[in-house]
Amino acid sequence: MNHEKRTFEFYVLAGFFLLFVLFLYGPLSAILILSFQGPEGGLTFPLNGVSLHWFHNLFQQQAVGDFGASFKRSFVLGLMVMAVTVLVSLLAGLAFRQRFRGGTALFYLAVASLVVPSIIISLGIGVVFQQSGLKPAWYSSAFGAHLTWTLPFGVLIMFAVFNRFSPAYEEAARDLGASAWQTFRHVVLPMIAPSLIGVGLFGFSLSYDEFARTLMTSGTYNTLPLEIYGMTTNVTTPVLYALGTVTTVFSFTIILAALGLIISLRRKQAKGV
Amino acid sequence: MSAGQIADVPMTDKPLGITRRLPKRGLQKLAAYLQAAPLALILGFFFLLPILAIVVVSFWDYDFAGIYPDFLTMNYTETLGSWVTWKIYLNTFKFTAIVWALTLLIGFWVAYFLAFHVRTATMQMLLFLVCTVPFLTSNIIRMISWIPVLGRNGLINTTLMNMGLVRDPVEWLLYSDFAVVLAMVHLYTLFMVTPIFNTLMRIDRSLVEAARDAGATGWQILWNVIIPLAKPGIAIGTIFVVTLVMADFSTVQVMSGGQSASVALMMKNQMSLLQYPAAAANAVVLLIIVLMMVAAILRVVDIRKEL
Repeated sequence: MNHEKRTFEFYVLAGFFLLFVLFLYGPLSAILILSFQGPEGGLTFPLNGVSLHWFHNLFQQQAVGDFGASFKRSFVLGLMVMAVTVLVSLLAGLAFRQRFRGGTALFYLAVASLVVPSIIISLGIGVVFQQSGLKPAWYSSAFGAHLTWTLPFGVLIMFAVFNRFSPAYEEAARDLGASAWQTFRHVVLPMIAPSLIGVGLFGFSLSYDEFARTLMTSGTYNTLPLEIYGMTTNVTTPVLYALGTVTTVFSFTIILAALGLIISLRRKQAKGV
Repeated sequence: MSAGQIADVPMTDKPLGITRRLPKRGLQKLAAYLQAAPLALILGFFFLLPILAIVVVSFWDYDFAGIYPDFLTMNYTETLGSWVTWKIYLNTFKFTAIVWALTLLIGFWVAYFLAFHVRTATMQMLLFLVCTVPFLTSNIIRMISWIPVLGRNGLINTTLMNMGLVRDPVEWLLYSDFAVVLAMVHLYTLFMVTPIFNTLMRIDRSLVEAARDAGATGWQILWNVIIPLAKPGIAIGTIFVVTLVMADFSTVQVMSGGQSASVALMMKNQMSLLQYPAAAANAVVLLIIVLMMVAAILRVVDIRKEL
């Protein structure tokens, strides 16, 4: 198959794929370019000079809400969600390797958590906190709301990982006299480490960008996506684009770091074998 | 370990096997419960409990100052008895149907190209990543990014006017149903691409070769071999896209400029007016509809088998 000549179908589909990638990234690059708009420039092309004016503007507190503080909250919240998602998904993945009573129910509960509209969860958690006299805050109610979105992803990924995981490695380790913990720590964990980094990346990114679930649960202080959403209605300068550029570059950095880590882990493993 | 396997153990080993295995299996069961407990607790407190709370509150009374325990069906009769609600539901279904069809069409061809036309595994992974990376960036930013493209003085209008194709800027590009659908397709196609790509990659290539050897044309292979085998991926993608569009309020609000509505947006507006019981009644109706749709799709596919 590999030496066949490229068919007409290939070129049509390749063209379609290229258009799709342009469709995905085109508008994003428009924002990127426009964030370097000159001080006199507006929200659309053409560029009225090139400057860092709007980035400078972004970091002045009075200009747009409290960008720095909301970024810090989103960042910390993302890290919290990431840590809990990795740990809880890993444990659940291990649990699902055997049948246990309620296992199927728990699995479908996780699936349900994925498909129930986010605004309903947001409203529900808001109501629960309000009625029980708890104060909603980004680190309590919003934290839980984010977990209802990241955990199902994590659990499904771990489920897929362990579906393909041969028990032969563990049996070999056990036959060689390793304890249960040693088997897990030195055999299972290194093998699933790349997937765990993937789960962590999902956990962090989905939380960092989550908006609907934070809406009713963030309490007094906004997370970054709420701040941006607020800006879409009342900010009419390219500072909005500058903020978009900064957070997108940040997201890309996180993604690249995670991918780099996964690749280097895979390389190390390949060398070890 | 199944009963049959235990029975296969030679007789002499049997007593030893049983005394050694039974307590261990009990311990393993306990471990499974302990390992599953954090997930169950978190989902119980932040997912099940809130849903129950919504169901309860949907029967409560409210006024401008607060909400009060009661058992009224008023919230339901009020929302379901209003034409506006029905129109909004119809509008939401319209968005769902259009976006589903478009994401399926685009998503399938993209996944098909990646799975069957890209030859090296490295290239496949690379192009797949290119498709999935935007999923990990902010939805709102990706939405806003259409403004300089579609706006009155945006890229498309400027180009059209420079080319002399139109004299006045095209108004319906931004802040319209068109813009809502475009942005949703932009945001949600990835949810189609990933599961379909996943199932396509697991199709045994020898099936395709066998079909070709038997004289099937490209289209016949696609229609009779590949698409039927891709159904589970299509079903999972459909679940994602349908539930995301049914739940959407931010895209509708931002991209229609407040001129269009969706069920979730109606809920959000009620929530900002502190009419929680009314919003809760709408939430229950929406929840039932979404769960019924998902249950219908799940009859086609067993998710646990597809992972």
